[in-house]
Amino acid sequence: MWEYTDKVKEHFLNPRNVGEIADADGVGEVGSLSCGDALKFSFKLGADGRIADAKFKTFGCASAIAASSALTIMVIGLTLEEALQITNEDIADFLGGLPKEKMHCSVLGREALEAAIANYRGVALPMAEGEVVCECFGVTDIEVKRAILESDLHTVEDVTNFTKAGGGCGKCHDRIKVLLYEAREEKVPQPIPMSGPKRMTTIQKIKKIEEVLEREIRPALKMDGGDIELIDVDGDFVIVSLRGSCSSCAKSQTTLKEYVEKKLREQVLDSLVVEEGK
Amino acid sequence: MSKVIYMDNNATTRVAPEVFEEMRPYFCDFYGNPSSMHTFGGQVGKKVDEARQRVAKLINADPEEIIFTSCGTESDSTAIFSALQSNPEKRHIVTTRVEHPAVKNLSENLDYLTGHKHKVTQLPVDEEGMLDLQQYRESLSDDTAIVSVMWANNETGVIFPIAEMAAIAKKRGILFHTDAVQAVGKVPIDVKKVEVDFLSISGHKLHAPKGTGVLYVRKGTPFAPFLIGGHQEHGRRGGTENVTAIIGLGKACELAGQHMNKENNSVRLLRDKLEAGLLATVPNAMRNGHKTERLPNTANISFEYVEGEAILLHLDRFGICASSGSACTSGSLEPSHVLRAMGVPFTAAHGSIRFSMSVYNTEDEVDYILEKLPPIIANLREMSPFWEDRDKIGGGGSCGSCGSGR
Repeated sequence: MWEYTDKVKEHFLNPRNVGEIADADGVGEVGSLSCGDALKFSFKLGADGRIADAKFKTFGCASAIAASSALTIMVIGLTLEEALQITNEDIADFLGGLPKEKMHCSVLGREALEAAIANYRGVALPMAEGEVVCECFGVTDIEVKRAILESDLHTVEDVTNFTKAGGGCGKCHDRIKVLLYEAREEKVPQPIPMSGPKRMTTIQKIKKIEEVLEREIRPALKMDGGDIELIDVDGDFVIVSLRGSCSSCAKSQTTLKEYVEKKLREQVLDSLVVEEGK
Repeated sequence: MSKVIYMDNNATTRVAPEVFEEMRPYFCDFYGNPSSMHTFGGQVGKKVDEARQRVAKLINADPEEIIFTSCGTESDSTAIFSALQSNPEKRHIVTTRVEHPAVKNLSENLDYLTGHKHKVTQLPVDEEGMLDLQQYRESLSDDTAIVSVMWANNETGVIFPIAEMAAIAKKRGILFHTDAVQAVGKVPIDVKKVEVDFLSISGHKLHAPKGTGVLYVRKGTPFAPFLIGGHQEHGRRGGTENVTAIIGLGKACELAGQHMNKENNSVRLLRDKLEAGLLATVPNAMRNGHKTERLPNTANISFEYVEGEAILLHLDRFGICASSGSACTSGSLEPSHVLRAMGVPFTAAHGSIRFSMSVYNTEDEVDYILEKLPPIIANLREMSPFWEDRDKIGGGGSCGSCGSGR
């Protein structure tokens, strides 16, 4: 059972301003039946340029209905510029908070308001022009980034709670992670190239180790007149033998640990231990 | 809340007063360990054996074929892992798209859990929630280690032809498990006639307390324990027995046997009255699941263009307890996997309500729901932006994602 505040319950049971304004100045529709929540918001401006009336129709759960009701109360009496300042956090605060899994209901409210004002002004919403990130719920990168910044989101789960993006098949989780880094202007961590699966069979390990030895390590050692040979792989222990000038080099242990082991850990398995077998 | 009308018995049930009375002495007075050598513990062991006989009788099994577990989920896991361990060379399992998460999520994570690649076939269902037996036959292969198919679906109550399916598996030498958590106690089950190798039972679905379950394992079926520890349950399930709950479960099974007629007659009549009444008075409402191949206690009805959680919270004000397959009630963002597998249109899936009854429900309660629910639906539809335009919307698409509609 959801922990709804008394104010959410009260607005759900006795929603204010339900309906549609027949000669509305602006109408905004967001969400869809298949998504599980949808909101149609309409407003009428007074002679003073302020919102004189606002109404809503909502298909959705208790928090979606309560957020819609709250939105209409909040905007009546405001100019359009003032109304546009309302954030989803403001709507949630008005209701004394929403469960975090339900924050998308407050986002839906703000989006409907923006859509209605854009409709009145005859302009297209920037949201629609973004690139769709989540195909299940039709959420664009612009919407995701905006939610990240406005509500200070840190994880994919946060993004899903606020925008629904990533709540379906989950295929866009990696893309959302990148958006989280981008929006927060952090460096996207580069995946370690060729890092294998956590569980590898011995044969898989040997193949990968041979590959890395052949491609990177041997050419590098050969430049100094040395060479390396794989003798055995026992669990995570990689037994090698250094050849050529390496075998007599005073720094051979350093080469083994600092270079060979490091490379193999990066590219094959991070638990590998390289040892020299004579 | 003064009055509670409990119609959520597929979620859990009331502990029957007779069950509670049976359990009562085994908390503070007869608290011995059934494994102990002394008489004080031994008398409890006898009581556990009596419970085992009572459980066995309900499904016509032998008492030695009954293993007590902690829940239905443990029984399901035990059966599936046991089959995989006794057939280490086989890496395929057959199940359905509408299984309970205890089987569905387990089968989907077998690779990770066992460290080996497995192939999982999830049989689809038709719009009434039924399986295609020909498709089932064709899904079986020499690599199939186990078939796991629920006896009855928890959301719709739809009953699968387990007897026929188990016989087909048997003929091919494939182990068969059925999650009968929703069926045991509601419909007659006879394991002498139905050739299942494993069958799961959950105590709290049939008026026993929560935290107890049963795995039936047919004599001669290879078995590997899931919980390894002491010699309890003849080494088939380690861990000290949940004695009081097991005693309660035994009594509950005895009662279920006595109530079987009532469950299938008067409970069914009440369910039919509720269902017919709602479908007649509320426009754009539909039944989910096959009309006759169904548990006698379950009604799953969709009210188009309204959302399930909103309906439930309004019902809650009147003390009426039910559940919904809508996305909002689960915390996930998509409606129930069962309704989606049946291709229920989105217009209806989000507005599905499940009423699941028990022998404790009365006709007055059904009448009360028939009085209270239609105005709730009308009120929410009044508020729904889709209700007026419903003729233009149509079915809403059953399998398309919602992104396109945004």
